Amino acid sequence: MTNNPQTIIRPSIGLAYLDLREIWRYRDLLFMLAAREIQLRYKQTAFGVVWAVLQPLLPAAIFAVIFGLFAKLPSNGSPYLLFVFTGTMIWNLFSQAITRAGNSLVGNANLISKVYFPRIIVPLSSVGAVLFDFLITGLILVALMIVYRMPPGLNILLFPAFLLLALVTAIGISLWLSALNVKYRDFMYAMPFLVQVWLYATPVVYASSLIPQKYRWIYSINPAVGFVEGFRWSVLGRGTLSASMLFVSAGVAAVTLVTGLIYFRTTERKFADVI
Amino acid sequence: MDDVVIRAEKLSKAYDIRHSVQVNRYSTIQETLLSLPKKLFGKHQTTERFWALKEVSFEVRRGDRVGIIGRNGAGKSTLLKLLTKITEPTSGQAIINGRVASLLEVGTGFHPELTGRENIFMNGAILGMSRAEIRKKFDEIVAFAEVEKFIDTPVKRYSSGMYVRLAFAVAAHLEPEILLVDEVLAVGDAHFQKKCLGKMEDVSKNEERTVLFVSHNMPMISSLCETCILLHEGRILRMGATSEVIQAYYSKGIASDGSVDFTKDGRAHGDETARILHARMTNEEGGIVTESLINRSVIIEMEYEITLSEAKVSPNFLFYTSEGVCAFMSSDVSIDPKSDLKKEKGIYRAKCILPANFLNQDTYYIGLALTTPMTQKVHFYEKEVLQLNVVDPLDNVETRGQIPVRIPGVVRPLLRWECEKIS
Repeated sequence: MTNNPQTIIRPSIGLAYLDLREIWRYRDLLFMLAAREIQLRYKQTAFGVVWAVLQPLLPAAIFAVIFGLFAKLPSNGSPYLLFVFTGTMIWNLFSQAITRAGNSLVGNANLISKVYFPRIIVPLSSVGAVLFDFLITGLILVALMIVYRMPPGLNILLFPAFLLLALVTAIGISLWLSALNVKYRDFMYAMPFLVQVWLYATPVVYASSLIPQKYRWIYSINPAVGFVEGFRWSVLGRGTLSASMLFVSAGVAAVTLVTGLIYFRTTERKFADVI
Repeated sequence: MDDVVIRAEKLSKAYDIRHSVQVNRYSTIQETLLSLPKKLFGKHQTTERFWALKEVSFEVRRGDRVGIIGRNGAGKSTLLKLLTKITEPTSGQAIINGRVASLLEVGTGFHPELTGRENIFMNGAILGMSRAEIRKKFDEIVAFAEVEKFIDTPVKRYSSGMYVRLAFAVAAHLEPEILLVDEVLAVGDAHFQKKCLGKMEDVSKNEERTVLFVSHNMPMISSLCETCILLHEGRILRMGATSEVIQAYYSKGIASDGSVDFTKDGRAHGDETARILHARMTNEEGGIVTESLINRSVIIEMEYEITLSEAKVSPNFLFYTSEGVCAFMSSDVSIDPKSDLKKEKGIYRAKCILPANFLNQDTYYIGLALTTPMTQKVHFYEKEVLQLNVVDPLDNVETRGQIPVRIPGVVRPLLRWECEKIS
């Protein structure tokens, strides 16, 4: 008789679990929130697309001059600009994702306090919006590769895997940051600083071969190391990818994701009260 | 038993509120200095557990239209938030059979830069509709909102009326089994409000959907809802037939002894310009009354103080029937429309005589106000200050002639009729 879904509302205790079915039910909302963010950015600025491209390209150009030309940092045999651009490109995806997702819950406070939907959709949609920009910069990458006459090798087939790793890492960090930001608004101010410092701890402007052997495994605790090195390796086909560093880094990313999910879902109940 | 769509069992919600302890009474410099570090570094605060909702239990059946009324802060919005899972209960539980959609604020998710069309999809998705559902109902939604011409312009260009119509139109076309509406209809003109009420009624009667409606507008509640829940300070005070519950709402906390002393609690009831001191209702002989016969006059007296010289202050009052309809309003400006209207500082008494054979039999709730003559600025206003029972003695021939039953109408004037045979 009751084919109606029954919901029981009661105080939840302990750790929360992830309800994937619910997220699937709200997938339309996820796409629309991401689409809205993308639409808004491009609608309001005449040069929307240009900004999306400049963000990884301009720093890459500056780095190319300072670190490539003047400091002559090693670049695994690839032209330095191309080397650093692949780095800034994937780094930009990551840093933009965590920054925007980090603020996403607070930024959508009016939604969260008025409507029910699985809150995880909000940071996920921010990450999705950034992915769109990434795809546009991909075109620039293709152009650069043509200019430098560097066709990709077989490694290119693996680039989706590293892209996925980047997204997984970004989501893991975003879940932590967005949930923490709701309670401790300081994070919003700390984030630009955090991102700046993190950039230099990641092999974007330099190759990880620069790091002395004995420090390498500590270095690879940085979850960003895995996907940056991996992505660059798959696209450019030069240099070697250290499997051990990759595993450590990816492992940290996976742990961050799992713990992030748990923390997010557990604190989710209080968002509407605190936001 | 099958029919129950919402069952709340001792639902409760508490918030922990922090208070910074204000210690104002320092007697010595030493004490002042010693308490400074505590203020700077310490958690000089206490936490209070505030129960927004306490052990609320009720049942709602399929197809019911239930009104939820109560003072501001009684817990109405909290109850809706709990039922829509926006926030979690502290204790107790609620069992809901069916999908719930709520309208807690119009235009949730509306973005000013996006067009009406884009916002319909956005809003619909937020409220839980799938893209396909929205597409199917798109034309209906636009027609209900009456914004066909502007559907492709950014919402920031809409008038507030269009905005609200569009937002409500989307929510009205959701197909949840249970619809919760929270005071959103306060915005919007009468035509629109009627339309929304009509739609809610339609949805409940013809499609067996359940509606929970929170409002302060008693006429609206009594026209839409058959049953009502009265919340007061987080608890259910009364539950049952709407007319009974509305009566209970009105009789709570109203001065039922014919006279009010505003100076009792030491607070100023008003602002820097004027404040009210006393109010009372008397009969022609000057005795304080709470009841009056229909063929007797009643005098409303207000004593107030003007503290700013040359202020333009007008006392006025509003009479509401027991159904919440505003019967009439009167102010003292009518005394001399040409006068300067500026008054000196001082204490004033205003008396207004309500003539006999004017009001009908009912319980009236009187709100008092001190405003500028054109009522642009309100110095003081309180809605239900006095309560007057107007009684119709059935042997009163002048006004009821030979009619033995209750005569309808907000007013009961004694009018002059002239009848003559013309052929």
